Amino acid sequence: MMPVTKHDIIVIGGSAGSIPVVSAILDGLSPSLNVPVIIVLHRQRNVNSEMTRIFQSKSRKIKVTEPEDKEPVLPGHIYLAPQNYHLLVEQEKCFSLDYSEQVHFSRPSIDVTFESIANVYGSKTLGILLSGANKDGTNGVEYILQHKGKVLVQDPATAEYPAMVRFAIEKCSEVIVYSPDELVQYIANVSTNNA
Amino acid sequence: MPHRKSEITEQELNDLLSLIKQVYGYDFTGYSKASLLRRFQKVMDDAKMKTAYDLRFYLTNDRKHFDWFLQTVTVNVTEMFRDPGFYKAVREKVIQRLATYPIIKIWHAGCSTGEEVFSMAILLHEAGLLERTKIYATDINPANLEKAKKGIMPLQQMKDYTFNYQQSGGNRDFADYYTARYNGALIRKELRDNIVFAQHNLVTDGMFNEFQLICCRNVLIYFEKELQNRVISLFEESLSSLGYLALGIKESLLFTEVRNKFEPVDLKNKIFRKKQ
Repeated sequence: MMPVTKHDIIVIGGSAGSIPVVSAILDGLSPSLNVPVIIVLHRQRNVNSEMTRIFQSKSRKIKVTEPEDKEPVLPGHIYLAPQNYHLLVEQEKCFSLDYSEQVHFSRPSIDVTFESIANVYGSKTLGILLSGANKDGTNGVEYILQHKGKVLVQDPATAEYPAMVRFAIEKCSEVIVYSPDELVQYIANVSTNNA
Repeated sequence: MPHRKSEITEQELNDLLSLIKQVYGYDFTGYSKASLLRRFQKVMDDAKMKTAYDLRFYLTNDRKHFDWFLQTVTVNVTEMFRDPGFYKAVREKVIQRLATYPIIKIWHAGCSTGEEVFSMAILLHEAGLLERTKIYATDINPANLEKAKKGIMPLQQMKDYTFNYQQSGGNRDFADYYTARYNGALIRKELRDNIVFAQHNLVTDGMFNEFQLICCRNVLIYFEKELQNRVISLFEESLSSLGYLALGIKESLLFTEVRNKFEPVDLKNKIFRKKQ
């Protein structure tokens, strides 16, 4: 299936069991990617993390970076939410970091980033929710849909931890449920045909 | 059913910010809007308000509720030895340089409830410098300062803080720095003696002394670029020549106008030094 909507941003949320799927999605991205891709993963706090390196396989031409506060959100870049901060996007399309309370025991929280991006990009938002064991993400998915954006969620049957996507599917009937292969294919198409 | 009970638009937010500025003198207009929208939604959810009009009514007609509002709208999350790698860098790259000054003056701007100030006091104590140091710890929020003055942390946090302390290169017995009482941990008085807690609003208040080190961590992230520029200029003016500026590890001078007035000491941990 070819995507028909033009997306201005792709935001991916995942927790336990999501890293292989994120890796596959990144591998499928076109080198001529012309939208920003933002990844929010639940991570441990106050320990050194090698996460950006995990995603930085040699075959990938696009670098994965953790944005700093007020860094511009640029097309063709892949951003990973830093540990221990919520990641927000301002109307002027730069990042803001936020060290407020955890949401669903999480900072970064998927809900927080999804909602903030929907506020700025509205119907041009493409949200992806992957494997995970808690409730984070569902409110954000709903918020993107309320703003006429599009949301794909990983088929719970294929998720190592299905709870997170199940919550979202139960609450939001408009989400599209895809297997990891279908997700990779869809996002690869977006990244090549989104001109 | 929408998950959120309250909704507020950016326009409504801006109107409320004008009102708060006029009536209470607190100027949040230069704050980052994405974060403020969340804070205002939290205020409204906590107070069970459905619309921005409810909040407007509440703020206009009931001044005594403003303290609660201020407490809820500002972010007061903090911890001791937050980002242990930062404190390790301070130990290794800053503290010994400070030792060359006969009297050391430090400004901790946006100190919240004091956890990071006490962490700095411990570093200075271990380097034998605390006795000739004066730390000015300021915050916008008087309730935070009252808490900080008491020097009591929740006891259940001390396990995490001990871990952070050790990660920061601390090798003494962390339990010697506090007294456990009921559910609280009281930071030892000697560590708090040279700290002055005072109210200071980075938006409206100016310079008040000259410092060898200014610590302002995870405060600028709540400001828009223009306000960031103003506040970093204030820091620059308040630093002695070759004085140090320490920010949060995801805060950058790169996107500010005054970046050329500083040179990096530790880029990863966001420690800078004012050029001569």
